[in-house]
Amino acid sequence: MGATLPRVVVVSTERTAWTFVTPALIVIGGFFAVPVLAAFVLSLTDFDLYALADLRNLRFVGFGNYLDVLRAPLFWKSLLNTLYFVGVGVPLSIGASLGAALLLNSPLARAKGFFRTALFAPVVTTVVAVAVIWKYLFHTRYGLINWTLGQFGIAPIDWLGDPHYAMPAIIIFAVWKNFGYNMIILLAGLQGIPQDLYEAARIDGASTWRQFRHITLPSLRPVLVLVGVITMAGYFQLFAEPYVMTLGNPLQSTYSVLYYMYEEGFMWWSLGRASAIAFLLFALMLVATRVLLRIARRAGEST
Amino acid sequence: MSPRLAKALVNGGLIGVSAIVLMPMLWMLSVSFMQPGEASTYPPPLLPAHATWTNYHELFERAGMGRYLANSLAVATAITLLSLAFNLSAGYAFAKLRFSGRDRLFQTLLGALLIPAQVAMIPLFLLMKWLHLVNSYGGVVVPGLAGVFGIYLVRQYAQSIPDELLEAARIDGAGEWRIFTRIVLPLLKPIVVTLAIFTFLASWNDFMWPLIVLSDQAWQTAPVALAGLSREHVQDNELMMAGSVVTILPVLVLFLVLQRHYMHGLLLGSVKG
Repeated sequence: MGATLPRVVVVSTERTAWTFVTPALIVIGGFFAVPVLAAFVLSLTDFDLYALADLRNLRFVGFGNYLDVLRAPLFWKSLLNTLYFVGVGVPLSIGASLGAALLLNSPLARAKGFFRTALFAPVVTTVVAVAVIWKYLFHTRYGLINWTLGQFGIAPIDWLGDPHYAMPAIIIFAVWKNFGYNMIILLAGLQGIPQDLYEAARIDGASTWRQFRHITLPSLRPVLVLVGVITMAGYFQLFAEPYVMTLGNPLQSTYSVLYYMYEEGFMWWSLGRASAIAFLLFALMLVATRVLLRIARRAGEST
Repeated sequence: MSPRLAKALVNGGLIGVSAIVLMPMLWMLSVSFMQPGEASTYPPPLLPAHATWTNYHELFERAGMGRYLANSLAVATAITLLSLAFNLSAGYAFAKLRFSGRDRLFQTLLGALLIPAQVAMIPLFLLMKWLHLVNSYGGVVVPGLAGVFGIYLVRQYAQSIPDELLEAARIDGAGEWRIFTRIVLPLLKPIVVTLAIFTFLASWNDFMWPLIVLSDQAWQTAPVALAGLSREHVQDNELMMAGSVVTILPVLVLFLVLQRHYMHGLLLGSVKG
């Protein structure tokens, strides 16, 4: 296309193109890319309250912060809690999304528009505000959840006060808040599966379950992998839920890696240490994504 | 399974799941109109005995919620308008204008999506402190002025604009800026609405960064202030429910009105990626 235009025009296009992209690049560079690089440098220093007051107090400590963090029991605790949240929360969320998408995609379903909106609504709500609601729903004595369980003869559970139940409670909340997002993506995936596949299967006498197992799931695999990767990345960043509902308690059973980073950084002002925690989380997310993609590829080869 | 039973199961399932999903929000609304202390009884009352505006009064008169909501509105509106300008021009340039290194640059930007935002937060805080933007609207707005996801979304959409149209305008002697404002922007209108609602909702709901950069109550956004209130008022359930209502309501209404555009963007952003 450049060949058909006079040279002057091409040169001016190049220049305008840069004026169009430069403002955005400056923002992304200055307020994201440079801070990310700075975070790595910071993670190699002992940046703390004294350095905040006077930069001459700053010392280079190599990988000392990383070693310190890896030796801290609270880091491992927060790591296990986060892995628990991701490991249980992600499959549950996607399962709920898939179930709801299948219901919405059924030709028998009525009032699809209404149900779709209703099920999606929690996604657009403010996480802090709905966490406040759920904290109250989980109230041991006056909460609606224990009241409902009571109707089935189940004794009250101290959801947010018992270390065994606090993380499950947060997972239930997270599934409620997030499943609608993937539901919409999976619904679009389901609508993209050619109907004649199902017709052929029905003619061959395949049951509903077999149709689901051999047509629906394999066709959805790319979408499921995508949804899995996005959801996992989001769930590794657990922060607002424990901040509002449990303060990381009871017995630090809901203390997440980001919560740890926040406290080290902005409660104790160990900014070097907090940067190291951020990078450890980033590395963990990269590894987990790799593992998930590898498992997905294996599963793809075996079917 | 008879067709009638199947139909009952599917629709019954949808009704049941929707009831569970909507219940927390309906209950929040109901409790927000109860007398202080009324909800702390067993069994939990479903509806207020005598509906009252007491909690909302308290919330705005004593807890200063009006100020926090105004902060949220100011911050979210500023981010939405300004980031639209930055992301639209950049997204269009990546899709339709030729410049050296364009594709490699775009790939690099996409790669940045892998890095969680929190990695940048600590140096960003120091930068904001240095720029004297801690405890100001600017501290929240400036880092949100442009985003890779927004640029990506615009680029995806702008690629469908026919090159011939732009060529014809160039041969007619229209400048690039004129082409962008007169021809491209009207064609991008659907994605402008989509991106605007996405950005507004995300900025309104954002928590961790505003929490870090807005420690002074006067500047806090609604979610940050609400989190603080919930730590102070552990027993005041009715008050907290009213706080949740006024925080959620604006975004929920906005979503319901512009739902079609929101869903469009959600699918454009993920499935085609």
